[in-house]
Amino acid sequence: MAGQQVHMRVWRGDASGGDFKDYRIAAGEGMVVLDVIHAIQAQQANDLAVRWNCKAGKCGSCSAEVNGKPRLMCMTRMNTFEPGETITVSPMKTFPIIKDLVTDVSYNFEKAKQVPAFRPKPKEPDGTRRMFQEDIDRVQEFHKCIECFLCQNVCHVIRDHKENKPSFAGPRLFVRYAALEMHPLDSNDRVDLVKQKAGIGFCNITKCCTEVCPEHIHITDNAIIPLKERVVDRYFDPLAKVLKLFSSKNK
Amino acid sequence: MAAEKYETHEYDVIVIGAGGAGLRAAVEASAQGCRTALVCKSLLGKAHTVMAEGGIAAAMGNVYPEDNWKVHFRDTMRGGKLLNNWRMAQIHAQEAPDRVLELEEWGALFDRTKEGLILQRDFGGHRYARLAHVGDRTGLEMIRTLQQHAVHRGIDVYMECNLQRLLLDSGRISGAFGYWRESGKFILFKCKAAVLATGGGGKAWKVTSNSWEYTGDGVTLALDVGADLMDMEFIQFHPTGMVWPPSVRGILVTEGVRGDGGTLKNNKNERFMFNYIPEFFRAETAETEKEADAWYEDKRNNRRTPDLLPRDEVARAINSEVKAGRGTPHGGVFLDIASRRPGDYIQRRLPSMYHQFKELADVDITKDPMEVGPTCHYAMGGVRVDADSTATTVPGLFAAGEVAAGLHGANRLGGNSLSDLLVFGRRAGLYAAEYVRNQPGSVKVDNEQVDSYAKELLAPFDSKGGENPYTVHSELQDCMQDLVGIIRTEAELRKALVVIGQLKERSLKLRVEGNRHYNPGWHLALDLHSLLTFAEAATIAAIERKESRGGHTRDDYPNTDARFAKVNIVVRRNDGTLSITQEPLPEMPDELKTLVEEKK
Repeated sequence: MAGQQVHMRVWRGDASGGDFKDYRIAAGEGMVVLDVIHAIQAQQANDLAVRWNCKAGKCGSCSAEVNGKPRLMCMTRMNTFEPGETITVSPMKTFPIIKDLVTDVSYNFEKAKQVPAFRPKPKEPDGTRRMFQEDIDRVQEFHKCIECFLCQNVCHVIRDHKENKPSFAGPRLFVRYAALEMHPLDSNDRVDLVKQKAGIGFCNITKCCTEVCPEHIHITDNAIIPLKERVVDRYFDPLAKVLKLFSSKNK
Repeated sequence: MAAEKYETHEYDVIVIGAGGAGLRAAVEASAQGCRTALVCKSLLGKAHTVMAEGGIAAAMGNVYPEDNWKVHFRDTMRGGKLLNNWRMAQIHAQEAPDRVLELEEWGALFDRTKEGLILQRDFGGHRYARLAHVGDRTGLEMIRTLQQHAVHRGIDVYMECNLQRLLLDSGRISGAFGYWRESGKFILFKCKAAVLATGGGGKAWKVTSNSWEYTGDGVTLALDVGADLMDMEFIQFHPTGMVWPPSVRGILVTEGVRGDGGTLKNNKNERFMFNYIPEFFRAETAETEKEADAWYEDKRNNRRTPDLLPRDEVARAINSEVKAGRGTPHGGVFLDIASRRPGDYIQRRLPSMYHQFKELADVDITKDPMEVGPTCHYAMGGVRVDADSTATTVPGLFAAGEVAAGLHGANRLGGNSLSDLLVFGRRAGLYAAEYVRNQPGSVKVDNEQVDSYAKELLAPFDSKGGENPYTVHSELQDCMQDLVGIIRTEAELRKALVVIGQLKERSLKLRVEGNRHYNPGWHLALDLHSLLTFAEAATIAAIERKESRGGHTRDDYPNTDARFAKVNIVVRRNDGTLSITQEPLPEMPDELKTLVEEKK
């Protein structure tokens, strides 16, 4: 689609309101949606607000909704749309608008502050920390998270019910809790917090978060469900309660 | 009080920039008991470090027990064509292993050896497999670990906050002034010490792996308060950036592809790097394909593949192949791992490269070769610092990471950047804290000065000119790409200076649409000051160094020159204009000289 005119509808506005604005602009070969947004910014709307950094799907800055689908703009190729199709770009819906495509994602950073820190066990007698690859594969999957917050954006618990935000941490943070809980060296315990303050019980496993994850992290199956199981084991399983008497930490 | 017009905060130490160096500096300053603020232009965790792929160079000896700091020191010095500050190279090699292990203490999970230790990977210019890594997303692991550690320490973070001026009180740092990107409102920090951790200025070039943040801020902030710059002529063009499609040109392809067995080929299917082995590296480089391939498994009996010569050598070789008509259809060369390693190995070792090529270029790297070419990647030069303390020539101002000069000399080895951030980030925090302890009393901020800065920052809104900041930026990128690129000549460099001068004039007549509320056009208009400063400093230093060395190649002076082997080019601002001097390198102790001179 070298040099082809494309028709973009981009949401412009701020917290007080706004609307879609139409732009027609030439799109070069191989361009992604973010390239076109940048071209609009350079040529037609210098003050168009958009976040971006790496342009290669590694930093998670340019999250938006493209034709209603939560996407990284830098990884959405223009040639995935039909020729002549109008492409609509709007900001993530779950977070308050700052301006145009930029939203206030501070919710996520506040929730991150509440996560109890990594607390390593003592070292091996020889002073090393030995871990085996097969024991960390699962946690490394969680560490792939680029914090694009698309999973937070699609999660019904907060997308449709903003009032849940104070009592719900969201899928991104569950991935983080899971990463810490399953870290072979960690000795901290966050299960009570996951149930209470982080509100994992709100999640009804619709897997919307997993579907939009650009890093293909199995958020629901590998992070949320195992965390739910730990909560169940601790709070609702009488056998586990007995076993807990014999082990200080149910890892 | 006049200063109260602006949102004002008071700290012992402010750290500007929240990549690896800034985070590590803030963690250290806070651990030393300083009231510390971390100020960054993007959201926390999005800084350039997040894009680093290959790994952290540290002679831990987990894969090759014969590795140690002396070998790492030697490799770093030779990679830098001996122009490195020897003391920085020594400290770096000695302290890097502890800094990596410290990340593990804070929760990082590196790939493991069979014995359960941190696995280390091969990279260009390193004698042994030395890079601690996590697949090809090491920077992400590093920034996330540091970010979470900093958050748990309770460090105050000011995100999307751009500091544009440093403030002095009797020649010492007393604060910094800038704006919130969201509201456009001004913010004033009073502090006793400031750490620059702002990265480089690669956004002055067109084909670049650098993000919008890389506008030379730290170099300009430092220069504006009278600090020295050094080695600004040395710009690293990473040999392997994507070349196709045009919209992704410049995006980085990790050296780990070659570290894990990939090889460079021209359109005749020749592994051309064998034709480009320089005399300086001949004794340690394989001469045949057989030896090169055997080296991956057995380093004791084979020498390193020329595919993993230092980056400056490989970038020049690719440039020559393309110029000679042996390039790919889109003006690069082939990087082939598909025919050399099994698909599942490639996917496990290089998952984000697999993903990147699949999504952005429709290329399956487990089946087909990649097309790659040089991309502007890293500034070896920057703010001149004291080797041990990272102190600049301005009291109270420290600099660490890419913004600082010295460690990498004329060319940086891959993997030495992440270790640089950790080693010197920590030292910046440590010595900034020590400096603060020796500064009793409070600092004064000159309110009139601040008011005049505020006026300067708002000038683009009142401008009568019609210049579009994006157009001026784009023309600067064309200029630097065409005239101050991999291969340079005096005539082209002088032409570049003229263009930069014209662009500086035009940058006084920028027009900004809209208001101060999250306005990227205004932000770019302000960043042009630092982009142009960075570009000018790089160009005048490049004119001064009349030889070829590392990341500075002169077509009109194609060889190294012994006279320039002993000097750094230093840039200062005198009465508004940039001046240049040649200053002698610090003398290396004899025992270290012996290490460097070992041929193998």
